[in-house]
Amino acid sequence: MQALPDGVIYPADTRQVSAVLKVLHEYRIPLVTRGSGTNLCGGTIPVQGGVVMVMHRMNRLLELDLENLTATVQPGMITADFAAEVEKAGLFYPPDPGSMKISTIGGNIAECSGGLRGLKYGTTKDYVLGLEAVLANGDVIRTGGKLVKDVAGYDLTKLLVGSEGTLAVITEATLKLIPPPKSKKTMLASYADLYGAARTVSSIIAAQIIPATLEIMDNATIRVVEDFARLGLPVDAAAVLIIEQDGEPETVERDMARIRDICLREKAAIEVASTAEEADKLLAARRTALTALSRLRPTTILEDATVPRSKIADMLLAINRIADKYGIQIATFGHAGDGNLHPTAMTDARNEDELHRVEEAFAEIFAAAIELGGTITGEHGVGVVKAPYLEWKAGPAGVELMKRIKQAFDPHGLLNPGKMFAAPARKRVVIDRA
Amino acid sequence: MPERELSLAETLARKLDYDQLVNCMRCGFCLPACPTFGETGLEQESPRGRIAQMKAVADGLMMPDDAFRTQMDHCLGCRACETVCPAGVQYGRLIEQAREAIAEHPVYPVRVKVIRNLTFRRLFPHPKRLNRLGGLVRFYQTSGLQRAARKSGALRLLPEHLQAMEAVMPDASGQGVVGLAGEFHPARGEPIARVGLFRGCIMDVLFARTNVNTVNLLTAAGFDVVIPDAQNCCGALQAHGGETEIARDLARKNIRAFKEAGVDFIVTNAGGCGALLAEYDQLLEEDGAIREDAAWFAERVVDVSRLIVERGRIPVFREKERRKVRITYQDSCHLRNVMKSGAYPRTLLRRVENAEFVEMAEADRCCGSAGIYNLTQPEMSGRILKRKMEHANRTKADYLLTSNPGCWLQMKHGTRQHPGESPMEVMHIVDYLWERIAEMP
Repeated sequence: MQALPDGVIYPADTRQVSAVLKVLHEYRIPLVTRGSGTNLCGGTIPVQGGVVMVMHRMNRLLELDLENLTATVQPGMITADFAAEVEKAGLFYPPDPGSMKISTIGGNIAECSGGLRGLKYGTTKDYVLGLEAVLANGDVIRTGGKLVKDVAGYDLTKLLVGSEGTLAVITEATLKLIPPPKSKKTMLASYADLYGAARTVSSIIAAQIIPATLEIMDNATIRVVEDFARLGLPVDAAAVLIIEQDGEPETVERDMARIRDICLREKAAIEVASTAEEADKLLAARRTALTALSRLRPTTILEDATVPRSKIADMLLAINRIADKYGIQIATFGHAGDGNLHPTAMTDARNEDELHRVEEAFAEIFAAAIELGGTITGEHGVGVVKAPYLEWKAGPAGVELMKRIKQAFDPHGLLNPGKMFAAPARKRVVIDRA
Repeated sequence: MPERELSLAETLARKLDYDQLVNCMRCGFCLPACPTFGETGLEQESPRGRIAQMKAVADGLMMPDDAFRTQMDHCLGCRACETVCPAGVQYGRLIEQAREAIAEHPVYPVRVKVIRNLTFRRLFPHPKRLNRLGGLVRFYQTSGLQRAARKSGALRLLPEHLQAMEAVMPDASGQGVVGLAGEFHPARGEPIARVGLFRGCIMDVLFARTNVNTVNLLTAAGFDVVIPDAQNCCGALQAHGGETEIARDLARKNIRAFKEAGVDFIVTNAGGCGALLAEYDQLLEEDGAIREDAAWFAERVVDVSRLIVERGRIPVFREKERRKVRITYQDSCHLRNVMKSGAYPRTLLRRVENAEFVEMAEADRCCGSAGIYNLTQPEMSGRILKRKMEHANRTKADYLLTSNPGCWLQMKHGTRQHPGESPMEVMHIVDYLWERIAEMP
């Protein structure tokens, strides 16, 4: 999937963004705003041409407010750089999408990025307190602020988070920071049985333990990650869970002991990371899972089906049954603890027949997720890729309302056109329960 | 549309490995590792951007215009992107294929054309010419000509970056390591293995003394050292510059030379050479007649630091000065990213008694030398060097050590261009270590 824009602009400040938008508005030229272009939904592809606006030059940390525990930052700042600056000041910004080494804060806000810590700490939306944004006609608005409470009117901040560049151009963000956890502990549990791993996830949550990270990788994923990262992962295991808890040392010890018991009941083999470095390596390796999977076949198609966390085992069963049914290769990894799975198909785009089967399989996986009370995308966004399925989740009335909101913000359809809404929407797959 | 772009497009479509282009899934993990992206922040100056451009040309969506050529030239070829690529894309292979295609449809500016022709064809592939040139340079340096030239201002006629390189050029030798020291050198004590020294072309003219010290260090560590005189330039500069056929010829000659010498290892002291030598099997994969010998050769290539750490009897190294000396190390990109041997020079340096090894920030980033990049792309090279020297100066090191002649020259140039608070001497790690041997094993 690729498309060429008619021009590229690197603005230096809000004033320039506003001036550019005024001109584009006058001449009705589309605009695609972009950070590092790491999104997984085709969100920044200029499918209707126009101008691509890259926010990399607006990459400054404007303020760290240690009295209010907030940071004000420009959208082009790299998330990992931001997190490091915050850490230097003795604070903590939890959202940690897999791409954080290169993705930007602005891109994270536009996509409402999740990450490995979503289960305990929430995702980007839980940390955005206020925004400065430029509207399609060039007007500048400010929403929210350094406020814990603010009910003055509709919550435009939350509306812009995850709006995928279709409503406004974000030019500044005020983010919430929290005190860092005092200690953390990481363990690796390996299973001979995939569903044993899935049941462990549900049991941990049911025991009212909320780990900071609870990740799952199936056998295919373990193998490629090991091939890339050389960590000594058990390449014969059907699945592994990477579990991390943080907080007060006593709480961490107690939680980890209880988690360990639950894992052992499901016959897991357990290994606790002995150093912080070892733990970091484990999580870093998990972050590379998606790209590493692309080593297996020329084309990798990743999805983002998400279910209530009690349904993880059911969802994994469904994914494997569907993969078998269509005779395709799917590896699954993901944020098991928050029900956010990444079934990933390894295929070859040049093989039309197989590609068609992959598309059919994914349609069925989405349907299965919704059937289980889930959604078509947990953290990757709608973009181009999932636009045909939006109605399955939001319903016709829901999509209609979303379109009217879009209309109110961007009457001429200039901001990131061709995303979020597809015409016509795809017909819902009826699940074959045979 | 210009004829020349069309024919280049066809050549690119034929030469580029399409599977590698498709393997790149555009995750962008390579961007933070790329020095030119770091300097410019522009997508087209990144590995992901360069691959996207190659693929767009191969797919017929874009014409390889001047901007395309510029981007392919701007890449340093440091291959830092490969080490962080989870998809395992062989970027080095792609950039060389692109450059090979471009070299078949040349439109280089005169300056670059002269440099390319001189280095790739006329000089480096011919050891005798190089030695003669070395003799001439030596004459230039010792006869008073250099002093006269510098004094008279005649050098100002050269472009600025060539002047800069002239200023830091080490004392040349007209003899080379074999002429200086002979072809065979027995190990001190029981020999551990018989190793062949790859002497290199620039190394053997401008750094012949380093080659002699490499022999000394290897024999001290317990290796029999032979230097097959039939060996040639490794071909790296040609391969990176798109002159792949010349590189293949040189490779065949080298393989024959070392095969005849019957060695257990082929040792290099220049990361840039070593990386290509270790990939001779890939370079010659389509030549059935020599494929097996190429594989034999490639798996025996090892950097001098690694060989000594992994197999040698390591001597005791000690700083003679009374105060504690600070030392730092600039990675050779190809030693680190291709030969995966970045740890070994550090292992040796940490063992030096009475010296403190200080890691400099971004030591793993290219210094901007990159073969002849500093001559063909002086502007970008200068920007990268400035940042490098800021990091180097912050270490307050007394010695800045390197393991590749190109890096040495660039760092030497850097210490003059951007001097720190206290003097920092640039040395090849082998010279540094040899001069500090306190006890033989």
